Amino acid sequence: MKPTDNANPEYYHKVVDCQYACPAHTPVPEYIRMIAAGRYEDAYMINWESNVFPGVLGRTCDRPCEPACRRGRIEEQPVAICRLKRVAADFKTDVSHRMPKIPSKKNGKRIACVGGGPAALTVCRDLMPLGYHIDLYDAQNAGGGFMRSQIPSFRLPETVLNEEVGYILNMGVVTHFDTYIDSLKGVLDKGYDAVFVGTGAPRGRDLNAPGRQEGAANIHIGIDWLASVAFGHVEKIGKKVIVLGGGNTAMDCCRTSMRLGGESVSVVVRSPRSEMKASPWEIEDAEREGIPMFENHVPVEFVIEDGKLVGMKFEKVKASYDSNGKRSLIPTGEDHIFFPCDDVLIAVGQENSFPWIERDVGVDFGKWDMPAVDEVTYQSSNPKVFFGGDAAFGPKNVITAVAQGHQAAVSIDLFCRGDDVHKRPAPGVTTVSQKMGVHEWSYDSKIEDDKRYKVPHAEVKIALTDRKLEVELGFDVETALKEAHRCLNCDVQTVFTESRCIECDACADICPTECITFINNDEEPALRTKLRAPANNLTQDLYVSRDLPTKRVLVKDEDVCLHCGLCAERCPTSAWDMQKFLYQVSKAGSIQ
Amino acid sequence: MTYLRPNFRHPDLPTNELGYTKKNYEGSLSTLCAGCGHDSISAAIVQACFELSIEPHKVAKLSGIGCSSKTPTYFLGNSHGFNSVHGRMPSVVTGANMANRDLIYIGVSGDGDTASIGMGQFVHAVRRSLNMTYIVENNGCYGLTKGQDSATADVGSKSKKGDANPFEGIDLAALALQLGASFVARSFSGDKEQLIPLLKAAIKHPGFAFIDVISPCVTFNNNPGSTKSYEFVRDHLQATGTVDFVPMRKEITTSYSAGTSQEVTLHDGSVIHLHKIDDKLDIHNRRSALDLIQEYKSESKILTGLLYMDKEPTDLHETIGTVHKPLRSLQEKELCPGNNVLQNINASFR
Ligand SMILES: Cc1cc2nc3c(=O)[nH]c(=O)nc-3n(C[C@H](O)[C@H](O)[C@H](O)COP(=O)(O)OP(=O)(O)OC[C@H]3O[C@@H](n4cnc5c(N)ncnc54)[C@H](O)[C@@H]3O)c2cc1C
Ligand SMILES: Cc1ncc(C[n+]2csc(CCOP(=O)(O)OP(=O)(O)O)c2C)c(N)n1
Ligand code: SF4
Ligand code: SF4
Ligand code: SF4
Ligand SMILES: [Mg+2]
Repeated sequence: MKPTDNANPEYYHKVVDCQYACPAHTPVPEYIRMIAAGRYEDAYMINWESNVFPGVLGRTCDRPCEPACRRGRIEEQPVAICRLKRVAADFKTDVSHRMPKIPSKKNGKRIACVGGGPAALTVCRDLMPLGYHIDLYDAQNAGGGFMRSQIPSFRLPETVLNEEVGYILNMGVVTHFDTYIDSLKGVLDKGYDAVFVGTGAPRGRDLNAPGRQEGAANIHIGIDWLASVAFGHVEKIGKKVIVLGGGNTAMDCCRTSMRLGGESVSVVVRSPRSEMKASPWEIEDAEREGIPMFENHVPVEFVIEDGKLVGMKFEKVKASYDSNGKRSLIPTGEDHIFFPCDDVLIAVGQENSFPWIERDVGVDFGKWDMPAVDEVTYQSSNPKVFFGGDAAFGPKNVITAVAQGHQAAVSIDLFCRGDDVHKRPAPGVTTVSQKMGVHEWSYDSKIEDDKRYKVPHAEVKIALTDRKLEVELGFDVETALKEAHRCLNCDVQTVFTESRCIECDACADICPTECITFINNDEEPALRTKLRAPANNLTQDLYVSRDLPTKRVLVKDEDVCLHCGLCAERCPTSAWDMQKFLYQVSKAGSIQ
Repeated sequence: MTYLRPNFRHPDLPTNELGYTKKNYEGSLSTLCAGCGHDSISAAIVQACFELSIEPHKVAKLSGIGCSSKTPTYFLGNSHGFNSVHGRMPSVVTGANMANRDLIYIGVSGDGDTASIGMGQFVHAVRRSLNMTYIVENNGCYGLTKGQDSATADVGSKSKKGDANPFEGIDLAALALQLGASFVARSFSGDKEQLIPLLKAAIKHPGFAFIDVISPCVTFNNNPGSTKSYEFVRDHLQATGTVDFVPMRKEITTSYSAGTSQEVTLHDGSVIHLHKIDDKLDIHNRRSALDLIQEYKSESKILTGLLYMDKEPTDLHETIGTVHKPLRSLQEKELCPGNNVLQNINASFR
């Protein structure tokens, strides 16, 4: 193998599994250490810089970081990264003075944001400190987009959302709420230098089955219904409720129903349970509240009696997979099953729709009537129009919307300066040795052996009485500290200097997880089998040195390195050093 | 503070026949200087015992005084241990071995501990053919007392301060050969591929097995001019060949070319296989080993590997005809067999 180019920031970036997996590349271990040190404001601000909504995301994030967490490869469960983010938000004191200063003298450029969800708010967050004037238009009566209209208050208290939306709007964004934009041309005609489209994926999929028309009064599109609940237009639902669909929207629908008078609420899914799209923890939360899930039931009809919905019929199916793993649902031949109900909530998917964008304003539309958007710059074929969030590439989640908002802001800034939007500024990278003296390092490598701690929940009986009562209670300080100590400090990197190594083997001998091997070089596949422990995780890189005096090379398998620092501790010549690597994604206004 | 060893290990660590992983053979975290050769030897002992599927409680590790003699704390944390006085490990092993011949005895000593203060003890342990593995972690100096030249330092070897050693060094492997040791080897702490199979063979050897392991002292004797530094040893190393230890139940899969290879089958059916580089070596012939050591030394090369091995050694218990059971398991019935037996003994002298 060729020697590893560890001067390329992407090498060590990838070693920080959680940060790498986070769409916004939040420096996770850095903020977890701050929490362990009781520095909640610092932990909060590190998050705020990257993901803009720490309080919201600490409760609702899809947490792609957690399945990536190295701890999950060393023992059973990853660090509770997401819930630690909430700890930072919960325990911080006032941070308003730490928010960026907004120049009173503007730079003369005017931007329009259509939509006020997390993507558009991130664009505002990044461009306001640079002196832009921003007009934000949203059909809703307050900012936050789906975070406000869809995510129920028992998962995300309004106060938390208001605080974090407030930090951005208070920068001087000119808001135009209750304003539905029905023409992009109209917006462009106002002479904006750039337009950001962050309108999300606002249309809920319907289910056309016999009885749909007749039963309409009691059949609701899930996301429309959730928005009506959030804005107080709907306060009740029937006693018996069927929720169709197995995603997170279905979970929010069923749990909300339980709080609005539903007594017998069932989730009914076409697919096998193992293929339900909802996050495992959302399913778990719904089940804890007494909501059963029925798998392998395909809707056949809405049953209407005397012009009123009385239930639904389902056909039982069995999943079968062909040799390519493609699934088909085969009817079992049993009689159709009747589920009585008063109301049905349809949560079977969400779509984009852009009825308000004229097809002659230079924005090309491609497959599935989606706008053609550049995956790096988020620019559309009309150079003034940028997309981000669910509007760009279909429904995802808040953190993805934020990440895309940051990148769109970079592009808008480049574009407004007349620079090439493809020349992206480099990420900010700092590497700092942690060595302080003999046996002394400036990071705390002592990790907690305990299994992942559980976040306490409000008692179900009480939680169900009030749709605004938050179910998860968050970690207390002591538990947060222990959970924070489960983090392995994967950003404290093992950095090797060939010229110092005397090949004494001390590092290889001490490494608790057999990461280090001195060996004759070979091609990667062969090398992977010959190390002290086979390097079977192909997603993790091998760190290969240049030739050493004995003509061998050092190979370190990054996979299960505990970042304990023992290799550096036991190295007589400091050929190994532990260096804290901080990677910050390029932001609008960063120097190129 | 990172001077702590995490409790997590590689999730896919292999297990041995007992279902143990290497972790079950570890000891406490070493307090030796970072980079000390002795730590590598400890790691090799851990690996050898793991691979041999030895039950940790069936091992006694004994030592004298010195950095080397501290190391038994850093391996086999679940075994018996005795850290004796300077140079006195052999007599403690003798006592222990006489009392319980069922344990595996691993003696760890230094060049100071063996070649100076403990020389008198060492030669008698060899001469008596105590069934043990005797490891000298040889760094050519007294590490623990800050690096004074030891009796194994080569003449002319320079200390850290730059002074050349005026005395001829004692070659402990040659001495062990002369005194009748039934297994003699030399190795280097930085060559685990050689050291681990040698340790396995030594542990399995049913008599006195001696391994002189050159083990650089990074702090006091790793300077230019020293003949026990990592660099010097690497540059002057000449192995007698590669050694394979094949346990009884395993098939021999490597093929060896005739003429340059020699094979020894042990009493339990396991096989030690030597692939020789120098075909002048006959590992069953003491003279051959002694000659070769001299020959390589005159070319200022260090001969490592298996040097001599007696296939059917006689250990001390056999020589003096002791009981087969461990002494501590003998009951009053056996120890005081009664008047009749006494009368018979007395009669035999009349
Ligand atoms: C029920 C449900 C629960 C969810 N739960 C989570 C969760 O727990 N965690 C998570 O990470 N994600 C969750 N999501 C997904 C997440 O809410 C979205 O991915 C995210 O909000 C997308 O952000 P965005 O900025 O692209 O747009 P949105 O948040 O969708 O905001 C778009 C905004 O644009 C406005 N708008 C649209 N068209 C126009 C127009 N023509 N004129 C003016 N305004 C317009 C809308 O009113 C809306 O306010 C959930 C989604 C749903 C449906
Ligand atoms: C009876 C006695 N005399 C002297 C000493 C001082 N002393 C301690 S260790 C040592 C030499 C150890 O040298 P070696 O056996 O080579 O071990 P190393 O530290 O080099 O591994 C000496 C002389 C002692 N502890 N006890
Ligand atoms: S930091 Fe060094 S010793 Fe610790 S696990 Fe990683 S490679 Fe091994
Ligand atoms: S401990 Fe240091 S000098 Fe020794 S082998 Fe490892 S990197 Fe090289
Ligand atoms: S002084 Fe020398 S022998 Fe003793 S621990 Fe340090 S390096 Fe090893
Ligand atoms: Mg010594």
